Amino acid sequence: MILPASGFDMAASKKSVAQAADNGSESGSPPAFTREQDLQALRDMLLIRRFEEKAGQLYGMGAIGGFCHLYIGQEAIVVGMQMTLGQGDQVITGYRDHGHMLACGMDAKGVMAELTGRRGGYSKGKGGSMHMFSKEKHFYGGHGIVGAQVSLGTGLAFANRYRGNDRVSLAYFGDGAANQGQVYESFNMAELWKLPVVYIIENNRYAMGTSVTRSSAQTDFSKRGVSFNIPGEQVDGMDVRAVKAAGDRAVKWCRDGKGPYILEMQTYRYRGHSMSDPAKYRTREEVDKVRHDQDPIEQVRNRLLADKVAEDELKKIDAKVREIVNMAADFAQNDPEPDASELYTDIYR
Amino acid sequence: MPIQVLMPALSPTMEKGNLAKWLKKEGEAVRSGDVIAEIETDKATMEVEATDEGTLGKILIPEGTNDVAVNTPIATILADGESAADLGKAEAPKAARMPARDVSSEVAESRAPVGEGKPMISDPKRPAGTAAEIPEDPDIPAGTEMVTMTIREALRDAMAEEMRRDGDVFLMGEEVAEYQGAYKVSQGLLEEFGARRVIDTPITEHGFAGVGVGAAFAGLKPIVEFMTFNFAMQAIDQIINSAAKTLYMSGGQMGCSIVFRGPNGAAARVAAQHSQDYSAWYSQIPGLKVIAPYSAADYKGLLKAAIRDPNPVIFLENEILYGHTGPVPKFDDYVLPIGKARIARAGQHVTLVSWSNGMTYALKAADELAKEGIEAEVVDLRTLRPMDTDTIVASVRKTGRAVTVEEGWQQSGVGAEIVARIMEHAFDYLDAPVMRVSGKDVPMPYAANLEKLALPSIAEVVEAAKAVCYR
Ligand SMILES: Cc1ncc(C[n+]2csc(CCOP(=O)(O)OP(=O)(O)O)c2C)c(N)n1
Ligand SMILES: [Mg+2]
Repeated sequence: MILPASGFDMAASKKSVAQAADNGSESGSPPAFTREQDLQALRDMLLIRRFEEKAGQLYGMGAIGGFCHLYIGQEAIVVGMQMTLGQGDQVITGYRDHGHMLACGMDAKGVMAELTGRRGGYSKGKGGSMHMFSKEKHFYGGHGIVGAQVSLGTGLAFANRYRGNDRVSLAYFGDGAANQGQVYESFNMAELWKLPVVYIIENNRYAMGTSVTRSSAQTDFSKRGVSFNIPGEQVDGMDVRAVKAAGDRAVKWCRDGKGPYILEMQTYRYRGHSMSDPAKYRTREEVDKVRHDQDPIEQVRNRLLADKVAEDELKKIDAKVREIVNMAADFAQNDPEPDASELYTDIYR
Repeated sequence: MPIQVLMPALSPTMEKGNLAKWLKKEGEAVRSGDVIAEIETDKATMEVEATDEGTLGKILIPEGTNDVAVNTPIATILADGESAADLGKAEAPKAARMPARDVSSEVAESRAPVGEGKPMISDPKRPAGTAAEIPEDPDIPAGTEMVTMTIREALRDAMAEEMRRDGDVFLMGEEVAEYQGAYKVSQGLLEEFGARRVIDTPITEHGFAGVGVGAAFAGLKPIVEFMTFNFAMQAIDQIINSAAKTLYMSGGQMGCSIVFRGPNGAAARVAAQHSQDYSAWYSQIPGLKVIAPYSAADYKGLLKAAIRDPNPVIFLENEILYGHTGPVPKFDDYVLPIGKARIARAGQHVTLVSWSNGMTYALKAADELAKEGIEAEVVDLRTLRPMDTDTIVASVRKTGRAVTVEEGWQQSGVGAEIVARIMEHAFDYLDAPVMRVSGKDVPMPYAANLEKLALPSIAEVVEAAKAVCYR
């Protein structure tokens, strides 16, 4: 394990609560991906990476305003989790949401145009980076208030249980959000009523400038459900295979009607919290080291190369992804702003 | 054609920054995504990425340059095959920056005297002890040195002075200590007062607001910072049910001396969940005092007063104003009275009543109106609760016309309250119905054009003032 500062142990997934689903791979590296799965993961993660790089550039050019929280470094989590989902399963997250939307299959153009505040954006330009939704893709937002999505995601699970279907809801939140009171109010209800919700804590080690050790009495987030009897696991969130394997266990647990499940995804954000971040709370060496040793995309690329996939083939994938992102950026800059009359629409229906 | 690299913005409200360092030299190849320079503001540092491929042709702004305006060309990039000879033809990239929020750069500091002397009426239905007994601002002796400082610095100085004065005063909130404040308001406080008195909290607003109130029950004097007041909605139960009501419920035994402060209202392009004005919300609550200043001197003098006040005080700041500067008297102890409005500009034709960033529109509108021969009197409320009815009414009795200006919503807003008080106390003096200029009745939209429409404008204030003057 390679992150010295935090004492993370990402190499082995760890069960925290006795009754966590049998993880079957105690011994170390997660089940291998087929070449097709690796290629798929590479494509999906690259799309998020390139999209976010472009969003960062457009912000610097003034085409995107307000807050813009990039997902670079954390791509394996949403991509791995998406591989575990079925039709109709719901996803909800906070404001660092671009990756989740792309993973859900939302259109890059519509997401980018929302970032630039144009009428072709998913919220017609009215929501911006932090507030996007797609009923069609079962993506329930995009929420700006830290922790709010945890109760909301529990409510999505409540609706599934109420209707008696076998859908599962994924509620993503950060290590900082994990300290909000409503998280624990939700945990209690979810276990009490056996709601099918996977709580995915994206532990990227910082909440703005506050490291986990400075904000949390219990830094093993997989244990945060212990007093509610919710099983939890720590997962190497930089390895898409580990994410998928843990996700499969968690989603099955929920679908089998056993109640909620907690996954602590150990990950890292490469960029600042938002575009304005003094970045004085960590060293450049720390960032470089994670990038160099654990990058989720490089891991897959290296596996594919070792599997004798031609370098050229991988370059082609990257070129294709760049084309999608460039088209999205073009659209997002040329699409008109919303019509002035939109100011007063969508307040009631 | 060579491409110009423009000074980027790091934050929604950034207007200028420093070019800290060039990481590429003239003549060096750059690829899209390469970090070519580092820029910084008082808040943050950011890497500038090249968005185009080619060679760094010319550095237009040398490293070490301070106060470079956003959108200034800082370098040119030559595409493959171009040479230095092409530099003259450089073209700016397509996406032009939206202009930053229109906010006045100067903070008006006129201390024009009130036309009439002492306020003459007091509210018969209200017990004494509110506006009528509030002292005037302390006299500033001739020759007092004035120090120009930002509102951010005025707030920091106010907290530091009160913390030096009273060991029971402490500051807690998210990112207030090591990060020096999310908006850099608490800069240097950790260094001076240490981690016992400058405390970083987890992201748990409801919890730490309650911890603050409990500590205040026990006699400490917490300053609780909310990163923004939008997040205080998590904590509003403790603020109202515990902080505001306990003195009354305990028959006067147990009060709490606590300040809840942080930026309130719209910043820029941060959309509905981060752009709400809570002036009206808190100003409705008996047991709370609510302060919302505009000028740097008022920020300092009123925050010091708030910290000393034995009651819970909501201190509403404004992010757009943080970087604005104004003169602050260099007193050992500059404390202003809570509950006293200030005439920011004297006039006889129409009264404009506002507070906080609303004053920006009111003062600029007054300038415009003066060009057309309408002399507006501008009342800066400064405190929303207790509200200085006397100053408003005295002005309206003089002008006979009034317009309120606020960024918040109209229904049940502070403007509505002002109108009601004018109606109760100066009905016979009115020559026209009072008008309200406010934020539009919608959640704040993100899109630049819609956001502009959602906020009040100087033009709307001018129009309303003319309307009540029948011009
Ligand atoms: C209730 C609330 N409090 C504070 C904030 C300001 N804020 C936005 S993001 C953030 C840090 C959250 O960190 P974490 O949960 O670890 O997520 P990450 O940003 O690392 O993805 C804070 C304090 C907010 N949006 N909502
Ligand atoms: Mg985090």
